[in-house]
Amino acid sequence: MLQLPLVVTAQVDLVLVLVSLLGLWTRLSHLSYPNAVVFDEVYYGPFVSLYMKRVFFIDDSGPPLGHMILALGAYLGGFDGNFVWNRIGAEYPCSVNVWSLRLLPALCGALCVPLAYLLTLELKFSHLSALGAALLLLLENSLIVQSRFMLLESVLIFFVLLAFFSYLRFHNAPSSSWLRYSWLLLCGASCGAAIGVKYMGVFSYLLLLGVASLHTWNMIGDRTVSHLSVCVQCVCRFVCLLVVPVLLYVFWFYVHLGILNRSGPHDQFMSSAFQAGLQGGLSRITQGQPLEVAFGSQVTLRSSTSQTIPCWLHSHKANYPIRYENGRGSSHQQQVTCYPFKDINNWWIVKNPGRQELVVGSPPQTVRHGDIIQLVHGMTSRYLNSHDVAAPMSPHHQEVSGYLDFNVSMAAQNLWRVDITNREAESEVWKTIQSEVQLVHVNTSAVLKLSGMSLPDWGFHQLEVVAEKLFKARSLGWTVEEHRYGTSQEQEEREVELHSPTHIDVDRKISFWAKLLELQWKMLTVKQDDSEHKYSSSPSEWITMETNIAYWLHSSSNAQIHLIGNPVSWGVAILSLLAYQLLAAVYLLRRRRGFKDLPDGVWSQFVCLGCVCVGGWLVNFVPFLLMEKTLFLYHYLPALCYLYLLGPALLEHTHTHLLSSVTHRRALVVCASAVLFSAFLSYRTFCPLTYGSPELSANQLQRLKWKTTWDILYRRR
Amino acid sequence: MATQDRLTQWNSTGETASLRNRKNFSSSEKTVVSEDKNCPPVAGHLTEDDTQSSNGTLAQSEARERVSNRESVAESPSAAVLLMLVVGLSFSTRLYKITEPPHVCWDETHFGKMGSYYINRTFFFDVHPPLGKMLIGLAGYMTGYDGTFPFVKPGDKYEHHSYAGMRGFCAVLGSFLPIFAYLIVRDLSQSHIAALITAALLIFDTGCITISQYILLDPILMFFIMAAVLSMVKFNQLAHRPFTASWWLWLLLTGTNLAGAFGVKFVGLFVILLAGLNTVFDLWRLLGDLSLSLVDIVKHFLARVVGLILLPLFLYVTIFAVHFVVLNKSGQGDGFFSSAFQSRLIGNNLHNASMPEYLSYGSTITVKNLRIAGGYLHSHWHLYPEGVGARQQQVTAYLHKDYNNLWRVHRPADNESQSGTPDLVRHGDIIRLEHKETTRNLHSHLHEAPLTKKHFQVTGYGTNATGDRNDLWQVEVCGGRKGDLVKVLRSKVRFLHRVTGCVLYSSGKTLPKWGWEQGEVTCSPYLKETPSSQWNIEDHINPKLPNISLSVLKPHFLEILLESHIVMIRGNSGLKPKDNEMNSKPWHWPMNYQGLRFSGVNETEYRVYLLGNPVIWWMNLASLGLYLLMVTVASIALQRGFSLDQKRMEHSHVLMKGGGLLLLGWLLHYAPFYAMGRVLYYHHYFPAMLFSSMLTGITFDILLKSTELLLRPPYSDWLQRTGLIVLLFTFLYSFYLFHPLSYGMTGPLAHEPGSAMAGLKWMDSWEF
Repeated sequence: MLQLPLVVTAQVDLVLVLVSLLGLWTRLSHLSYPNAVVFDEVYYGPFVSLYMKRVFFIDDSGPPLGHMILALGAYLGGFDGNFVWNRIGAEYPCSVNVWSLRLLPALCGALCVPLAYLLTLELKFSHLSALGAALLLLLENSLIVQSRFMLLESVLIFFVLLAFFSYLRFHNAPSSSWLRYSWLLLCGASCGAAIGVKYMGVFSYLLLLGVASLHTWNMIGDRTVSHLSVCVQCVCRFVCLLVVPVLLYVFWFYVHLGILNRSGPHDQFMSSAFQAGLQGGLSRITQGQPLEVAFGSQVTLRSSTSQTIPCWLHSHKANYPIRYENGRGSSHQQQVTCYPFKDINNWWIVKNPGRQELVVGSPPQTVRHGDIIQLVHGMTSRYLNSHDVAAPMSPHHQEVSGYLDFNVSMAAQNLWRVDITNREAESEVWKTIQSEVQLVHVNTSAVLKLSGMSLPDWGFHQLEVVAEKLFKARSLGWTVEEHRYGTSQEQEEREVELHSPTHIDVDRKISFWAKLLELQWKMLTVKQDDSEHKYSSSPSEWITMETNIAYWLHSSSNAQIHLIGNPVSWGVAILSLLAYQLLAAVYLLRRRRGFKDLPDGVWSQFVCLGCVCVGGWLVNFVPFLLMEKTLFLYHYLPALCYLYLLGPALLEHTHTHLLSSVTHRRALVVCASAVLFSAFLSYRTFCPLTYGSPELSANQLQRLKWKTTWDILYRRR
Repeated sequence: MATQDRLTQWNSTGETASLRNRKNFSSSEKTVVSEDKNCPPVAGHLTEDDTQSSNGTLAQSEARERVSNRESVAESPSAAVLLMLVVGLSFSTRLYKITEPPHVCWDETHFGKMGSYYINRTFFFDVHPPLGKMLIGLAGYMTGYDGTFPFVKPGDKYEHHSYAGMRGFCAVLGSFLPIFAYLIVRDLSQSHIAALITAALLIFDTGCITISQYILLDPILMFFIMAAVLSMVKFNQLAHRPFTASWWLWLLLTGTNLAGAFGVKFVGLFVILLAGLNTVFDLWRLLGDLSLSLVDIVKHFLARVVGLILLPLFLYVTIFAVHFVVLNKSGQGDGFFSSAFQSRLIGNNLHNASMPEYLSYGSTITVKNLRIAGGYLHSHWHLYPEGVGARQQQVTAYLHKDYNNLWRVHRPADNESQSGTPDLVRHGDIIRLEHKETTRNLHSHLHEAPLTKKHFQVTGYGTNATGDRNDLWQVEVCGGRKGDLVKVLRSKVRFLHRVTGCVLYSSGKTLPKWGWEQGEVTCSPYLKETPSSQWNIEDHINPKLPNISLSVLKPHFLEILLESHIVMIRGNSGLKPKDNEMNSKPWHWPMNYQGLRFSGVNETEYRVYLLGNPVIWWMNLASLGLYLLMVTVASIALQRGFSLDQKRMEHSHVLMKGGGLLLLGWLLHYAPFYAMGRVLYYHHYFPAMLFSSMLTGITFDILLKSTELLLRPPYSDWLQRTGLIVLLFTFLYSFYLFHPLSYGMTGPLAHEPGSAMAGLKWMDSWEF
């Protein structure tokens, strides 16, 4: 029987609702102003456009989830990818929905505020401390600025806070309830997301793992729990905290590769096999090529992908100089190089040494592992040759040349053995794109390879190709990229044939895992030249905020947006860090000597606070000291958030456990409120630089320059 | 024995059993038999409280018990025999064929040369601190080497020069490594078997032999590292008898060896870290010992400050003082150091220099950047290549003294050659700097600089005094006012480009091949005063002006010390891998992926190849995994409170304490290489390899002893003994197989039949 009346009781924490609303308001109001490209939007924007066009790209700055979140915002706003993100300050046309582009990072930034509130509660501090932490986060100008544009820090911070919150929720829940594992699952998922947004997330993840394994270790030591229960719990934690994040991380790549299926500007970084999986580009050329290389095949040979620049084996009508600059002699035969561009001179013909013909017989006689071949250069008909002559730039290797007979008793040594290195994985038959081939010189058993040097003027700065006797690395081989069966016997016909594009038909794919590994490896190894930036800074400057970053300046007025933190809260953060360390040191030493100042419960609460907040600050700050890349102030923001959680909690700890007299406590409360109020005032003061409006006069700007090292822009009138 | 019995009576019954067991193990492993049967395994009487409390009386009795045990381990007669065996084998393997090959091998070309420098008292620059090279020089000096061999390049024949002394010295230090390892492991594990396995691993490792046999820093470095660890372990064991003579001795020895390790190479920092962490733990333990008063703890603390901080620091500074006193002649390393530093060196043109005091027009000068290791303003007859700014003559920063560093100071307009006293240059004057050799003017313009794209390019332009407005520079004395004179050597000068307003700047980046890998010089639009944009006038030649003496420059010792460290650190981080050089990666090392060619490439040459004995190295690698597994199992068992018998408890204790220390040592000597940007070589792994081998000894020992869990006593003993014999025989046989790597081979390469190494090229990456 239904019981009447039907009652729903709901408890709503009005403070939580209030801070959430305030968070939304500070982060979301006037989101589409300025209607121009701001700072790193110029960096992320092109990737968003490429997502919209489904064009493949590589970005070494981070895993794809962050970019995909930005792209999702763009997609929801109906962005078509047709905008050129060429410079900071460029106006968006009205067809671009700026609001939706910036919406998701702003939402994440806004949600960080209630998360800070909840996280403080889970650290077992009071609602007042939680409110303090939330307010500090709320009034932090730099977080606001970083949230309001198409940037990824706010998303990262959101996921990291979420991970810690859900983990602590799990840890604090009574061990009898099975519902708490859903919190652990959420924790694993947000860890996966945090790592997916930026590699920096790894450090917070490791910290969380550390805390979790400590808790697990204690659980193992708890003899009241049965062996079975311990095993089950360990497995659950393992799955949620290790397996789930890894799977999710892979999943981001799966989606990424699923979306980006067209060829684009970054194709050349990838292997031929990878490129063949993209629509357009190489697959358009190679589509329908014969698969198996046969005697008489016309091929281009691409040096293996482990080199940074891809290039193709090349020769041209120019000889090695008789004498090099340093006086050494050469064979003066035709140059053989590696050339990083597509060219008609990249074509070679695979010839059977026993036959004269340069055409494919019928049926085609395929080339297999171990076969001896000659390689004939398509345009000049020279044979690929090597001999005991020192190579031009690396004299400890053999020179490789297109053979010319000067009648100087230098016989041709132009036989090469085909050595397919990945024959276990692929096949014994030399296949286009799939097979990696080493060409071993028959007379000297030297191996054809790139030396890594480029030739001087006489070699047109192309890359040097040599034959090396003691060959070390296995991976450096050559792959056939373009391929067709030669049909023309005469040289003129053949030249015409070489000029014509290749078209015949086959379809091939490499597995997702191979793609994932290759892409991830490329992302970690592709190096951008470290560019000095006007606003780059070193980690030691961040702690005291010696630096700022100008994000945007109005094209005609003084209105501008800067990444400047709230100096008051910044000071609170660093003070609380110092205070915690001091307090912890005193407590530890005294405990060691047998003075228990705090009851065990309070002590473990204090330790937990330190692990999460001070630990979080450390893992998000110290790695930067060791990094050599260009760093900016915004890299400090995740670390800063932890300190904002620390401050109020520490204050509460002082209030309840250190101060005994009522007057002291009152004084502390007054001080705290005063600090909070001044944080609010300084937030108000810096608002014009945070939101870019209202425009300030040069004098007012001058007055905002609280530190001489800040770089605030004045427009000359 | 009597003391031991008395001690035994003090202890509880459980511990009695344990003592007896241990005595059996330790006293002679040849007669490991018998009494075990008599002692039934004592199960689970140790509660959690017992295991966790390390305070107070229990700890003391425990410690005392361990000491008595240790003494019994050390004193038994077979111990002495074993030790003698280790010593004999170790010295004989290291000193065998020490003079072969009679030519310069690998880095001997550097360190031998530097040894010669000490004998000749010539100043040089090296990225490592001086102790190692000083010892090499000393060894050479004592054994009759006269410092005349030039050590030009690897492969040069020594001929009549006496080099065996220097090699022998390194080999003797290298011979101590297995002995130290033996003692360390014996003390940590109280087991001869573990110690024996460790010593055998190191004695029969071809890599350790090879690296000990040549004039290198590594044997010296490793000697100090191992000596430091050994004294630290000994010191730890005396924890129950603080402030006794032997306690002080080991403490001070630890400090001395730490200073020695750091004085040979900066890698010594890692062993300092190890000792530091160990000391912190130790102090923490003392702090928790409530039977000690605060005064005692402060005494402990101060003793360690003296022994482990002040003493090493003092020794280290002394080493440098000796270094500077010995090397008092000018050499080829001068240019790396500041003008003030150079004025100390006999033969340097700044030594007791006298030159005109104030910069004047018509003088010939060299201009040195103020950044440490900043280099001289330099130009030469080569142009910037196409695509790098304007195709004009290169201007670079060059560290060595060279006639191309000479510049002439001129007025903007005329190329004056009037007689009479030349005018002096003043703050704010506009000048033109003409390169003496090529007569080009120092020039800048609005093209981007080759490497620092935000700066402007600096070139040499014009001939014979004809140039354009872009050749004009304004002289600015830092902190000076208009009209101030420019003091040679002492004034910091900046050169502001007249037309673009930028300032002459040395970026510290190295130009590629086309610029001969010299430093980049740019014109920076950012006018901040940094050492990079400040220069001083070093040489100043003007026959028309009176010279004054400049002995005021002599720097203070601490200044020299600081400067030479900054130069060394710069030099170290400047050792970047070149593009085409095969760079060794840290993950290659533990798996013995690739060695180093010490000597010889071709079939006819005498070839020595630095490569660890693969059997031993792979066993080390495997035992790392095994150790982690065993320690995990043991600690989970303890944490879950499973009842373990006394012996298992002890084994877990050795695994966690001793093994933990060694694992930490391995990590500290290995992991940091992953973060290093400089070029890395295979031989950097050797200190870590020592720790790894010691860990292997302990791991295998305990693994063998754990066979008792599977089999009943007599069989388990047999199994243990067979295991040990098989292990030792494996080491010996693999050494027999691979010994040509260290003692040299000639004849065909390994991939051809008939070679000494035929069939032994197990990995394609080995190059022998």
